[in-house]
Order: sequence, then structure tokens, then C-alpha cells
Amino acid sequence: MVNITINGQKIKVKEETTILDAAKSAGITIPTLCYLKGINEIGACRVCVVEVEDCTKLVTACNNKVKEGMVIHTNSPKVRESRKNNVELILSQHDCRCAICARSGNCSLQKIANDLDILELPFETKLPKAGWPSDFPLIRNAQKCIKCMRCIQVCDKIQDLHIWDVAGTGSRTTIDVSHNRRIKESDCALCGQCITHCPVGALRERDDVDRVLDALADPEKITVVQIAPAVRAAWGEAFGLSREFATVKRLVSALRKVGFNYIFDTDFSADLTIMEEASEFLERLKNGDVSELPMFTSCCPGWVRFMKSQYPDMVDQLSSAKSPQQMFGAVAKSYYAQLLGVEPSKIYSISVMPCIAKKHEAAIPVMNDAGGGQDVDVVQTTREIERLIRAEHINVRGLEEEEFDSPLGTASGAGVIFGATGGVMEAALRTAYYFVTGRNPDPDSFSKVRGMDGWKEAEFNLAGQTLKVAVASGLGNTRRLMEAVRRGKVQYHFVEIMACPGGCAGGGGQPIADGRELAEERCEVLYGLDKVNNLRFSHENPSIKKCYEEYLEKPLSHLAHELLHTNHHAWTMPGENAQNSAGE
Amino acid sequence: MSRLSIITQSKAQTTIEELYKDLERRISASPSGLCPVDLASSFLKMCHAQSCGKCVPCRVGLGQLQKLMEDVLDGEGTLETIDMIEKTAKNIYYTADCAIGYEAAQMVLKGIKGFRDDFEEHVLRGRCKLELNQPVPCVSQCPAGVDIPGYVALVAEGRYGDAVRLIRKDNPLPAVCGLICEHPCEVRCRRTMMDDPVNIRGLKRFAVEMAGDVPLPVPAVSTGKKVAVIGGGPCGISAAYYLTLMGHEVTIFEQRKRLGGMLRYGIPNYRLPRKVLDDEIDQLISLGIKVKTGVTVGENPSIVDLRNEYDAVYIAIGAHIDRKIGIEGEDANGVISAVEMLRGIGDDEMPDFTGKDIVVIGGGNVAMDVARSAIRLGAKRLRIAYRRRAVDMTAMPEEVEGAIEEGCELLDLHSPLRIEKDKDGNVAALWVQPQIIGPIKNGRAAPVDSQQEEVRLACDMVIVAIGQGIESKAFEKYGVTVKRGVIDALNWSGVNTKDLTGIFAGGDCVTGPATVIRAIAAGKVAAANIDEFLGYNHIISTDVKIPEVRLDDRVSCARVNMKERKPSERAKDFNMIECCMTKEEADQESRRCLRCDHFGFGILKGGRVEKW
Repeated sequence: MVNITINGQKIKVKEETTILDAAKSAGITIPTLCYLKGINEIGACRVCVVEVEDCTKLVTACNNKVKEGMVIHTNSPKVRESRKNNVELILSQHDCRCAICARSGNCSLQKIANDLDILELPFETKLPKAGWPSDFPLIRNAQKCIKCMRCIQVCDKIQDLHIWDVAGTGSRTTIDVSHNRRIKESDCALCGQCITHCPVGALRERDDVDRVLDALADPEKITVVQIAPAVRAAWGEAFGLSREFATVKRLVSALRKVGFNYIFDTDFSADLTIMEEASEFLERLKNGDVSELPMFTSCCPGWVRFMKSQYPDMVDQLSSAKSPQQMFGAVAKSYYAQLLGVEPSKIYSISVMPCIAKKHEAAIPVMNDAGGGQDVDVVQTTREIERLIRAEHINVRGLEEEEFDSPLGTASGAGVIFGATGGVMEAALRTAYYFVTGRNPDPDSFSKVRGMDGWKEAEFNLAGQTLKVAVASGLGNTRRLMEAVRRGKVQYHFVEIMACPGGCAGGGGQPIADGRELAEERCEVLYGLDKVNNLRFSHENPSIKKCYEEYLEKPLSHLAHELLHTNHHAWTMPGENAQNSAGE
Repeated sequence: MSRLSIITQSKAQTTIEELYKDLERRISASPSGLCPVDLASSFLKMCHAQSCGKCVPCRVGLGQLQKLMEDVLDGEGTLETIDMIEKTAKNIYYTADCAIGYEAAQMVLKGIKGFRDDFEEHVLRGRCKLELNQPVPCVSQCPAGVDIPGYVALVAEGRYGDAVRLIRKDNPLPAVCGLICEHPCEVRCRRTMMDDPVNIRGLKRFAVEMAGDVPLPVPAVSTGKKVAVIGGGPCGISAAYYLTLMGHEVTIFEQRKRLGGMLRYGIPNYRLPRKVLDDEIDQLISLGIKVKTGVTVGENPSIVDLRNEYDAVYIAIGAHIDRKIGIEGEDANGVISAVEMLRGIGDDEMPDFTGKDIVVIGGGNVAMDVARSAIRLGAKRLRIAYRRRAVDMTAMPEEVEGAIEEGCELLDLHSPLRIEKDKDGNVAALWVQPQIIGPIKNGRAAPVDSQQEEVRLACDMVIVAIGQGIESKAFEKYGVTVKRGVIDALNWSGVNTKDLTGIFAGGDCVTGPATVIRAIAAGKVAAANIDEFLGYNHIISTDVKIPEVRLDDRVSCARVNMKERKPSERAKDFNMIECCMTKEEADQESRRCLRCDHFGFGILKGGRVEKW
């Protein structure tokens, strides 16, 4: 233990404790801005500076450690003045028009400036030139960037994809796509983790709220909206609602008030995905072509982008099943259009997703199998739907619970856990077991694949055959797993990958709470929903059964292939072709 | 009113003089990877401030140039802007009255020529072509990437054994390097911005001497793979050491009687005592490296024979062939090459130069080594003939100074013409042509004939020290590509051969004569890539924990330089010249380190490579 004095308070803390954590243990808050625990401890913003006696220079609290006898002042006149000055300097290069910023009210810079009572700037404001393709799902605004470097670090350390880098030096230093590439030429997976870890509004999703409002205003269009599993676990956060109150049924109610014609559940198409993917897996397992194993899940478009750009030679190992979002879109504009007795083109298909990559996925040119244009016309992230609800001035605290519409609003607990890492694997195994044995397993018998570990492995007995499965979330973990698979160090039959740590619950389109990782809490909500659902198996979902009976016939049928499966080679990632031809 | 007055500097003037010094030091410690256009624009601003303001091109033109360059930097320029910069700079160059103007314009023109593509990148894509590459200056300048801030901090804490273990992660020869490394790490040391660079090599030597015996790590489980290393110099030994740690069985094939390469057969004892060299090599070999001395790989065995017997072959034969000077009389008795002389000394065959009058030809470190050795071997008179000026010598300045202190006479601007023989064919004199120093070509001043009379330097011996070459024929014959006299290896040490795989090469035989640390680095790179080639991915790391940074202020403190024994005393023997730092000196010097691994960009990227 080390004895130190902070603001006159004598305390004992463990050796190796940072000044920041030591102060925290004494109940003293030192403000931070660029700091992100374990990821970005670089002392770039100089906001967390404190005075250490016998040192002329101020010391950053986030990345310097206490020493025996240290006397620290976190709010001395020198600290106050320097800290305020640094924030003023940051503000002089920041577009401070908070009124038109997606992060207003949830911005760490706004908060620190307000906290420090900065009401005017002594410096001339000089903003860098900003240029970015406005049609790309990920938007960067250089004029809001405070060069905290968090995006670089998250992409390097968590996602191991290295999209961002420091660009330029001196006064023009900024962050840009690495190796002088443009974002559209890059292998960005569109996971959106840089967005959810940005302290300000420099990074955000492309805002498509207006497109939704236009569709709602068009009397010719029938608006059909689907809500992804993970959205229900997070949508209330931005409104300050408790998890108990912010149920999916209240979200349904809110969307109905907004004016959507039909409100459905992506959990339904998650069940459909399981029917197709589990069947495909058993087929691949039966054919016994070892070179095709492991089969990888394909429901995460960030992962599919990663696979295509980093391991193009292994793309055939992806399940051909579309993601629940795309299955839903295809079914909405075919089967459901038929039920309504309307032309597919009448239907305007909207999805609410915890994800940025879904915006790209919906726009893949071949995702138009139902014959009514794009199967999913527009994708809203959880954050956009929050903004839409705000724009409608809906009193969220007064919402009553309302049911989804029928029949595409009926779903099993297996569908809802798609939003948590391991959920797709667990749901698929529940149904695969049934397909092979003809009877249901205990629904919780595959719970070994749950939890926040980035790379999980498990073995299960499937009618006498030992199945080796793995689940990874986060692209850094994914790369480690892929390299091990490639080097033959591990062998699996089936692998689930989610690009975001914790799965969709921690998705790049989810509400942002700076400095907090909420994926685990949100996953617990989803597992709770599974537990209380009367339906625990995708194959028991009556709407699914009906859909096959009335329309699709059976899993992997001709029509199912047409609508619910895709060719991952039908489009290319930047660099994918070049890599392929180089290998030939 | 006095007719004349004594000029004294005002306070402002003396302060500015100080700031000039600060700026000089600051520029010399510039990190790499900075935007060249931004730098050029900043230099231009300073040049403009130097203008007296009398003439138009300088007073107005330099400012307009700077404005144009800022436009380029701000992405507001076009390709025409670059043309305009070039045109204006040319006009300033043609019309400025004095060097303040025309040399400033010349700097701009140099930039336009030297990094036009970067100007264009700013104009066309709104950004800089260079990628930021300024982590820790010392580490980035060290070819082997040794964790310098780490071991300097360990020295400050008195953890000398850990310092040695940390160095060995990237460089298995800390004792050797502590004495003779050219210390490129010090060139851009950020401490220079405050006062002087940290004496890094001196601290390494101190750590090694204080640490005593430091056991080596235990090699990984045997892989059963066999690697042949041709050449037992620093490069071959380094590769062999790391490959052995990785669990491979390594055999070194050494042409001479003993290991060490140029460390033994090139560097005299007074700079690198044999005992230090032997102890360090013996310890590394004790790890289980097999050594076959007296074996020349050529015809028997040939490289093909080795490849058949081993899973990979690393060629690290160095550069041991002397270059001929090509003047009349070079065949006289008493003309010897530096390589030949130092090789004999390496095998303890000490020539007797008692009473001899000797002229050494050359200006590199080897020339100094033979000159100073000859003094120790009894030479009566020793002159060094060099065709450029003393300041143009490639030898380290301290080597040149040391030679002069020990009694060598430096005849700079004397170009060798021919060697005069006596009737028995012995050397009678070296004839030299006095030179006048001329224009600077490729960064070096070129001498030209001074049109003065030839000078006769009567002498008994001439020692030629004008560089070394590579004996590559035996390898070329079997398909190893040789380009411009060196083996053509790729940056991962692989060698393109017609039909052999698993052949790697590195060190002096690839780069031409270079430094020991570059040879060590080549051995390290080769070890990693040979391991990969053999199908493994062994990691070299260390468990040494680096001390936390100190937060107290870095106050100004000048550098501790190495002390040497008195010239009159040291010139009589081959014992080591340089004295180790004292504990007090090492404590002070190690605390001067600014810890760029923690403070600055190093904490974001590139600060510490913990394993490779």
C-alpha cells in the first residue's frame, strides 16, 4: 500500500494505482475527456491534469501512478486555470454549434465545458476543412473531432482492423482513414465501435430519419417496421427509462404513435433464420466435407464484411442464410404482401437495428429478392429511432404496453437471444437437436456459450456425435480465432461471430453512454426475455410453421433459397478482388 | 560624442543568441515522419524574419511564397499553386540581392524537387503523404529496436542485470555494443531539445559492467529443425542465438580460427578487449550453438551441400575483402592492406613495426584503427594521407582526435598518386598530390587538384585502408543473386535463388560494410523469418518489468562524456582506452532520459515492443 494525500485527505491505496483511480477511491472526481479505461490512457487532452507537490509541471492523472508520500491537488488554482485553458483550446478547434449535433446532451466535451463554466472563448475559432462522403453509413465530421485518438485505439486494440490513424503532423494533425485511403476504399467493417466510443459528435451514423418521415407521409406506401432483438434491451437508456419500464411493448406503442402501419419483430425472422441455418448446418455436417467446416454464421454484416476483406478465400464457409433483417424484408415484400393482397412495391420496409453495418447490408444490390426494390428500404439505428420518437414529442413515460402486429410479430425466446453473443449458436443448437433427434432438448442445455468472454468454446453431444462449436465477439477476438482455425490449431464444426463485443447488445448503433460498456446488462435483459417466453424453440413458433405451410414449403426449399439465402460473392469488399486475383 | 565605441550585446541580443542555439538543437532532434511541406513553410517563415527588408524579392516574395504554401497545406491550392510557388521561388533566387533571399528561395526549390508528390497529395487529396512515424526517437533510430528508455530506466534504478536481460531481447551483444556501437540512438535523442543527448552507449557499458554474469534465457522445446549459419560475426551469432532460443539446432560455419568476424578481425583490442568479446561469445555459444571453425563454404562444402543437410541456411559472411587503391607501385614490398593487418592481429599475430615510418591511406574508422594499432606496434612515425579535409572523414570524430592525440599526423587534402620503390622493390615513398576542397556533391565536399607540386612522403610502409568488399563468388555460382557486389537479399532476409529455397542472407554481405548494430539487427530479422519459414511462430520476449516514470521535473543537466586514458600512456599498449562511467555519473546520466516511451507519442503508438 502507498500513503498519499489528495486535497488534504490522507489515504492509502494499492501500489500501481493511477492518480485518477486513487482520487476516485477518496470520493474525488478528476474530470477526463480522452481517457478510456484500458484502451486510451494517453494523456492527450490534458484535462485530467493535477498538481503534484515538488513538480513544476502538472501531471495527467489518467496515466500516472501514485508514489509513496505523494501530495496531490486536483483543484488548485494552477490546475483550475490550466485545465480550463486546455478545454478552451479544444473548443477553439471544435464546431460548438451544439444545437445541431446528434450528441448534444450526451457529449463529454459539452459537459466538461459546462462544468468548468466556460461561457466565452478567449481564442479565435479555427475549424479544419471537412470532407466526407455523405452517403456512407459511417459519417465523420472533422470539425467536431477533438483528436482524442479513441477511435484509433478501439479499432486497433478491440477490433484489430486499423481503419483509423493519425494523419498529418503539427497544427494540421487530424484523424483520418489509415494509409491515406478513403473510407470507401477501406476494409472498414462498419461495426460502429468507433462511434460508440467517440466522446463527441465527430463520428455518427448516416441519419436516415428523414427518409422514414417521407415514407410515413406518403399515402401510397404501407410502412412495415421490424424491431431487432437488441434494440429492446437498450432503447429506453437515452430517455432515462429503467430497463423494467422500457419494454419492447412500449417501443411498439411509441412506433404506433409515430404512425407506422405494421409493427413487427425481427425475432420472428430470427426464428426463420434458425430454421434455414440449422438445416444448412446439418446438411453440411451430413455431407461431411471437412473443408467446408466450420460453418460460420452470417447474420452479422460487420462480420461478413470482415470475412470478405480479411479472409476472402474462406467466404464459402459462411452460411448462405441471410440475416434476420434481410429475411424479414424478403418475407415482408412477398409472403406478407400476398397476405395483404398488395403489390410488393407498395410496402415500405423499415428496420430498427443496433447496427451501422445493417445500413450497408440493406443496400447490397442483390438484397432485392422479393421483387419490390430493396427488401429493406431503410435502416434506423437505435439512436435514430430515439431521435424520431423525440421529434414526434411522444411522452415516453406515459406509454402503455402494446402488442406487435400479427403474424410477423410472433417470436420465440430463441429469436430474442440473437441480440446477445452466443445467442445465435444457442438458438441454432436447440433446433438442430430437434431436427436430428425429433425431440426438444432442455432449452437451457446449450447455455455454455453465454457470457462476455470474447472467444468461447463448447462441445455438445448431438445424437451421438460430438459437436465442437465456438463463439467470438469483437473483431480482434475474431481475428485470433480465424488465425487459429487457419493454422489448424483449433477445429470446430460451427462458429458464431459477432463483430461487436458482446454481440448486437453492444452494437455500434446502440445508445451511447461514454465510459460505460453496457452490452452485458443488455444481454441479461435478452436472456431474461427468453426465460419467460412460453416459446423457447424457433421451430415451435406458430407463425413460422404457418409461413412454411402456406408459403415457403420447408427449410431450404426452392423458394426459401430464392428469398432467404444469398450469394456472398455477388458483391465485393474493397480490395477483395485484387486479393483473389493475386492468389490465382 | 565618441568617434568609435565598443559594441556590447543587449539583453535581447544575448537572449536571441541563446534561442538560436535552442533552435539548432531542436532541429537536430527533429522526429522523423513530419509533414515536409509544413516544415518547409515554417522554415520559410523563419527565413522571412531574417530579411533586412531592403529588397523586394526577399521582403515581399518570401511572404507571398509562404502564403502559397499555406494554401497548399490547407487544401486550398491547385496544381497551378505549386507551379506558382516554383516560379516565384525561381524569380526570388534570380533576383534577390543577398543569400538571405536567394538561399531561402533555394530551400523552397529543393523542397518542390524533393517532395513534389507530397505537395500534390495536399492539393489533390487534402492530406499529407507521409505517415506519422515518430514514436520513441532512440528506439526508432536503433536498427535492432532495442528498448532504450526501458534499460536506461533500469540503470537509474540500479537494476543492471535486468537492463542486460532487456537489451538481449533485441540485441544479444550488449557488452560489445556497450563499447563500440556507433549509437545512432543518440542522434535524435529528444533530450537534445533541452541540452545534450543522453549518453546511451555509455550507460549500456555501465549496465553490462555492473551486472556481472547474467544468465541467458532457456531455449524453447527443441523443434528438431537444423539451421546452418555461414559466418560467425555479429550478424551470424545474433541469428544463431535467437534461432537457438526458438528451439532450432544451429551450426555456425566460420572460415577463420575463431568467432567474432570484424569484431575480432577488424576492431583492435584497445577499443574492444578480446576478453570482453570472448566472454560474450562464449556465453551465447554455451546455449547449445554448434561451431565449425576453419571451414570455408565454397566448393566443399558448398551452399547446396549445406542446404541438403540443413532445413535453412543463413549467409552472413560479412565484407572481408580488401579493396585495391589502383595506383602505380601498389605491388611494392611494404604495401599492406588494413584488412590483412587487422586479421593477423585478430589471430594474435602481432607484426613488429618498431622504427618504421608508415603512411596510412584512408579516412574511415578502419584507417584510424590501423594507424593507432601501428603506433602501438612501435611505428616511429605515422602519417595518414587523406584526399579530402579532416572534417570530411567518415571516421567518428573521436577516433580521429584519438589518433592525433596518440601522435598520428594527419595529412588531409593529399591524394595518393603512386608508390615509389627502391631498387629492391621495397616501398621508398608515397607520392601525393595536394588538393583544394571544391564543390559539395551528394552532400560531400569533393577535392580537386590544387595545381601545386607533387609531394614525396618518404616512408617504409604504406597501409591501404579504403574499404572492403564481399567474397560472393562461391555463392553466386550456385544461383545466389549478387547485385553491385553485394548479395541481393529482400527486406525479410530471403534470397532469390534459381532453385534453392530456404536461403537467407544478411549483414555486411548484403548492405556492404556497415555497423555492428546493423549486423545484429539483420541477424534478428533473419531469425524471425527463418523461424516462420520453418513453420513456427516463436516469440522472443522478456519478463523484465520497466520502472514507472518519475514525475519530477527534468532540470537542465549536461551530458556525461566518456573519459579516456592519457594519450601518452595508452599509446604504449593495446589495453582499453575508454574508461567506464562512475556510479555517480551513470546515476545522473540515466536520470536525464525524458522517457519518450511514456511522455509523448510513444504512449499512443510504438512506445514499447514487448515481443517479436
